[in-house]
Amino acid sequence: MSTKEWPLWEVFIRSKQGLNHKHVGSLRAADSTMALDNARDVYTRRSEGISIWVVESNYVHANDPADADAYFEPSDTKIFRHPTFYEVHEGIKHM
Amino acid sequence: MKNEALFRYLLRLGDDSLILGQRLAEWCGHGPILEEDIAMTNISLDFIGQAMSLLDYAGVIEGKDRNCDKLGLLRFEKEYVNVLLVEQPNGDFGDTMMRQFLFDAFRKPLYERLVSSSDKQLAAIADKSLKETRYHLKHSSEWVIRLGDGTEESHERVQNSLNTLWRYTDELFYTDEVEAQLIVDGILPDLSGIKAEWESTVKHVFSEATLEIPANNWKFDGGRKGRHSEHFGHLLSELQYMQRAYPNMEW
Repeated sequence: MSTKEWPLWEVFIRSKQGLNHKHVGSLRAADSTMALDNARDVYTRRSEGISIWVVESNYVHANDPADADAYFEPSDTKIFRHPTFYEVHEGIKHM
Repeated sequence: MKNEALFRYLLRLGDDSLILGQRLAEWCGHGPILEEDIAMTNISLDFIGQAMSLLDYAGVIEGKDRNCDKLGLLRFEKEYVNVLLVEQPNGDFGDTMMRQFLFDAFRKPLYERLVSSSDKQLAAIADKSLKETRYHLKHSSEWVIRLGDGTEESHERVQNSLNTLWRYTDELFYTDEVEAQLIVDGILPDLSGIKAEWESTVKHVFSEATLEIPANNWKFDGGRKGRHSEHFGHLLSELQYMQRAYPNMEW
């Protein structure tokens, strides 16, 4: 019997038309067909979605957490990048 | 009774769903992988849901105040009219997937015809169930192909599953005066094309799975007349335990 483990897949679900696919979790499957079926069975059984993407976890590249300071801190002090210096006129909704 | 043939036909459909749903539920917590454990229990619940609709409607037609619980959980062994295929033990995962595939390949063309029944309630149940059944067939076909065209061991084991279960497939196409009457009444459409469609699905999947249909023509039936295999009593004792031990209990 083979003891080789199936690859890990990341699962993304679009909950309704017009929204982005969101990462919901991961699972193991032998190939993409099985990964899609498994994702359907594990992650959409309470009507969570209308579309599924699966991506083999190997192909997800992440930044090194050790670099977090260099990556993200510089933006903390750039408040001018947030559009907070504009006056929103009365009567404008949804801003 | 309003229509005895319809009552008996609904019991046939309902019992097939109920018993296969019960068999799949036995996998709960025992699946080979977590994802498949959930898949099989999802499918089990689809079948039990179909059984509830079908048996509730059978109870309405019968007019004796029996709902799906009474019909599903309180009949005696000989009053169940499911085909023998669905009551066969789960065996290993390959046995379960083979049993499932042989049944799904039959259920899909059946429901595709029942959606055009002149009986609106039956047509509505068939329409809802057909969507579930399309997924069931996709799922079971994929596993039969994976196992058949997989490793030497998986091929040999699932070929054995097919050899064992093949003898129960002829009964899927059993018809008698019940179906004949409903066709005369215009409630059932013509069912004659189902077997050819089933054979074509089965041959296609087995050729991809590199599996051989056994030459053995020894066939079983009897389920539709209430004659069951020895496994059935054990299945019923578990299925009926709660209602027998605590009559009229509800969740």
